[in-house]
Amino acid sequence: MASTTQAPATPAATTRRRPQASPRSVTRGRARPNFLGGLGGWIWLAVIILPIYYVVITSLKNQAGFFTSNPLAPPTEPTFANYQLVLESDFVRYFANSLIVTVGSVLPTLLVSFMAAYAIVRGKGWFLNSTNKLFLLGLAIPLHATIIPIYWMITRAHMYDTLLALILPSIAFAIPISVLILSNFLRDVPNELFESMRLDGASDWAMMWRLALPLVRPAVVTVGIYNALNVWNGFLFPLILTQSPDTRVLPLSLWTFQGEFSVNVPAILASVVLATFPLLVVYVVARRQLVSGLTAGFSK
Amino acid sequence: MALSTTASRRARETGPSGWLAVPALVFFLVFAIIPLGGVVALSFTKWDGLGEITFDGVASWARTLADPVTGNALWVTAKIMVFSYIVQTPISLLLGVFTAGRQKYRAVLAVLYFVPLLLSSAAIAIAFKALLDPNFGMGPGLGIPALAQDWLGNSDLVLFVVVFVIAWQFVPFHTLIYQGGVRQIPVSFYEAAQIDGAGRIQQFFNITLPQLKYTIITSSTLMAVGSLAYFDLIFILTAGGPGYSTRLLPLHMYLTGFKANDMGAASALGVILVVIGLALALLLQRLGGKNRSASQLEGA
Repeated sequence: MASTTQAPATPAATTRRRPQASPRSVTRGRARPNFLGGLGGWIWLAVIILPIYYVVITSLKNQAGFFTSNPLAPPTEPTFANYQLVLESDFVRYFANSLIVTVGSVLPTLLVSFMAAYAIVRGKGWFLNSTNKLFLLGLAIPLHATIIPIYWMITRAHMYDTLLALILPSIAFAIPISVLILSNFLRDVPNELFESMRLDGASDWAMMWRLALPLVRPAVVTVGIYNALNVWNGFLFPLILTQSPDTRVLPLSLWTFQGEFSVNVPAILASVVLATFPLLVVYVVARRQLVSGLTAGFSK
Repeated sequence: MALSTTASRRARETGPSGWLAVPALVFFLVFAIIPLGGVVALSFTKWDGLGEITFDGVASWARTLADPVTGNALWVTAKIMVFSYIVQTPISLLLGVFTAGRQKYRAVLAVLYFVPLLLSSAAIAIAFKALLDPNFGMGPGLGIPALAQDWLGNSDLVLFVVVFVIAWQFVPFHTLIYQGGVRQIPVSFYEAAQIDGAGRIQQFFNITLPQLKYTIITSSTLMAVGSLAYFDLIFILTAGGPGYSTRLLPLHMYLTGFKANDMGAASALGVILVVIGLALALLLQRLGGKNRSASQLEGA
């Protein structure tokens, strides 16, 4: 019975297939339900939910309602006027900018990181060794401390206030963790698979795309989600490297809405809901992938 | 002919070409390593962010180190780091153990617990700004006068409010890490303990906690290094105020560089940030012994 534990499978499998492998026996032996644990669990739920509830109901109030009603009471006459106001304030453009920056940095990150991870895991020599060490070092450095030289470089390259100015450093900052996670997964690919493909005359290049990539695809998805969330929610680069509404991304737009709408709190909160909505949809549709992407590499 | 066999043998021995790692390396060198050198170089210059950069010796360093605001920023950073660690670690650990259980209601709660992970720091800061309003926020909503404080305007309270919001944002992430850690503990350990008659609390202290050693190190490292990156949340929530009471190091760097236009001093602060980050990461790595890889250091 004890053997119903999940086997130490490949990392991909452990992150993706938890519920099926559930060791029910953890709870089986326990007669008493854990009241204290349950109580704590419900209290934390309240801590998490109350702010979210407040944001949602307030975004549906009109301004008079906001000032007069109890802040935690649902709106008597729910209105979508705030959402309309936000959408009319160029929200769609900011959304598109965020999408361009996210896709534009995540795809190149995955491509160059995968190639580098493959070379580091399969190759030898001082060059790849020191490249790997450099990336590992990059994980320990609070890279945003380098924002001032980056600002200098971007202005010198005449890229200030362009979306490219956000994309390029985002790629660079995402590379160390991406290479690390992907190489952890690539190490688990059995050497025999490569050997048998080599005997068939496949080149390293061909093995990379036809053998390694399909096998670590779940890891690529995970890394992609992790990076996408970071870029999508990133605030520092947009704050420092862009300026005009044409290049504004969503997190920065929330901040500027706050200035524009000033006392119109319901409208400000409507912008918060709208900006979060796409991620909420992803969460509902692909929760497991998203969650495993969040802890990419950390819980391995 | 002999030549071609040695060539092919060499290819077999060395694996894929190091060139595959070059694109990632170039990105990382240009936008992370060179700026890292750049921040050191700029700390010895005088620059207002627009005009000429002139060599200025150690003037920026002298100015920065003599500035009481810098000392205060270090103190605030340390306080936030320690308090948020003390608050987050037990909560995350207990919630991790709680959500690792397979009960249905726990799974449902876990789905809701992880919602804050989707929100950007900007969204969270703006939501809490409204929520903490003494007149229209949660305090008056719940009808508890003690909660209707000017949370963000009271310099005695604001630090704890910031720590609370940080916990709200990051506890879910660490819960996720602990949940993964707990689920990797073999069930047989608990079964053996039950046969020996160990209660729930004994099991927690004798099995769960020791088994989570590496998870605790991972989570602690991420928290410590990550707390050097609390920028956007506090920037929007309090902008460092009231006074200097929440002006922590990254924020101090930003305000010095981009608001006071003293890039030299801001670069010196950037160097301090990098040094503290590296020292913390190495220290925690040392404490944890030889822990798999240098992996888990990413702050984000």
